[in-house]
Amino acid sequence: MGNLAHIGPAMMAAFLGSLVEAVEALTIVLAVATVRGWRPAGLGALAGLVLLALIVVLLGPLLNLVPLHLLQFAIGVLLLLFGMRWLRKAILRAAGIIPLRDESRAFARETAELHEQARRHEARLDWLAGLTSFKAVLLEGLEVAFIVIAVSAAGGLLIPASAGALAACLLVAGVGFVVHRPLARIPENTLKFAVGVMLSAFGMFWTGEGLGVAWPGADLAIVAFAALFLALGLGAAAALRRPSREEALP
Amino acid sequence: MNSLKAVFGEVAGLFVEDGSLALEIVAVVVLAGVCAHFLPDSPAVAGGILLIGCLGVLGANVARAGRR
Repeated sequence: MGNLAHIGPAMMAAFLGSLVEAVEALTIVLAVATVRGWRPAGLGALAGLVLLALIVVLLGPLLNLVPLHLLQFAIGVLLLLFGMRWLRKAILRAAGIIPLRDESRAFARETAELHEQARRHEARLDWLAGLTSFKAVLLEGLEVAFIVIAVSAAGGLLIPASAGALAACLLVAGVGFVVHRPLARIPENTLKFAVGVMLSAFGMFWTGEGLGVAWPGADLAIVAFAALFLALGLGAAAALRRPSREEALP
Repeated sequence: MNSLKAVFGEVAGLFVEDGSLALEIVAVVVLAGVCAHFLPDSPAVAGGILLIGCLGVLGANVARAGRR
């Protein structure tokens, strides 16, 4: 089970997915730190990480109690929902139908919201700032935890997937600590496209396995599914592409 | 309480953003499951429905979004 066709995509999906989520969390934590200082931002982020670790430690062992076929099926369906949702959004963004996510704009919006909260609730601001940081780390972290568990649990790949996710989180935290700015240059939509493709491929594989389908080529089928989702995604983005505002001008 | 609601909303949003895409994926999975149950000797049919169905609903969903 643990061959390269399985370990490579699982580790890569966990790394790239975690990279996207860590960048989004960093933007909010940095906004909190800019408005209110590192203390509430850091404490909120730390509390989010602790709660996240507790959730994983408490719920993780329960997965061992679920029969393998049921686990494969349930995780496969969740992966299809999660991965195809990411892929859909990435296709629509690549086609120019919905705007690309802009970390600088998200940072400015979050900072403005915190300033507005400061105006309204001066006395409770540290608490509110910490809560904002906490929520960002918890929610983005839940996505990371889901990706790691989903791509690994049904195939016994928890260690490589966790290593991929941890490497991404440490990389983003390290770069964020050094540059003290949102990481706006990360090609987030390309990453989301790639992760959506990989998670959809894993979802297809596990859902089928859960239903008793013996995929041709066994684990190698994941690579074939990824190629199909990639071809569909790229083809759809090209077919639907709308000219940017500058291109549309005469 | 509102924060807790928001957290649950965000967690649900991990899987469902466009309701029609989620419903269509679930419908494909159910159809594949029914085929797997009633045609246990031909699991390839369920696999084919799952694969073509999921690719089809994704393609149709983004095409609809493009026309809007």
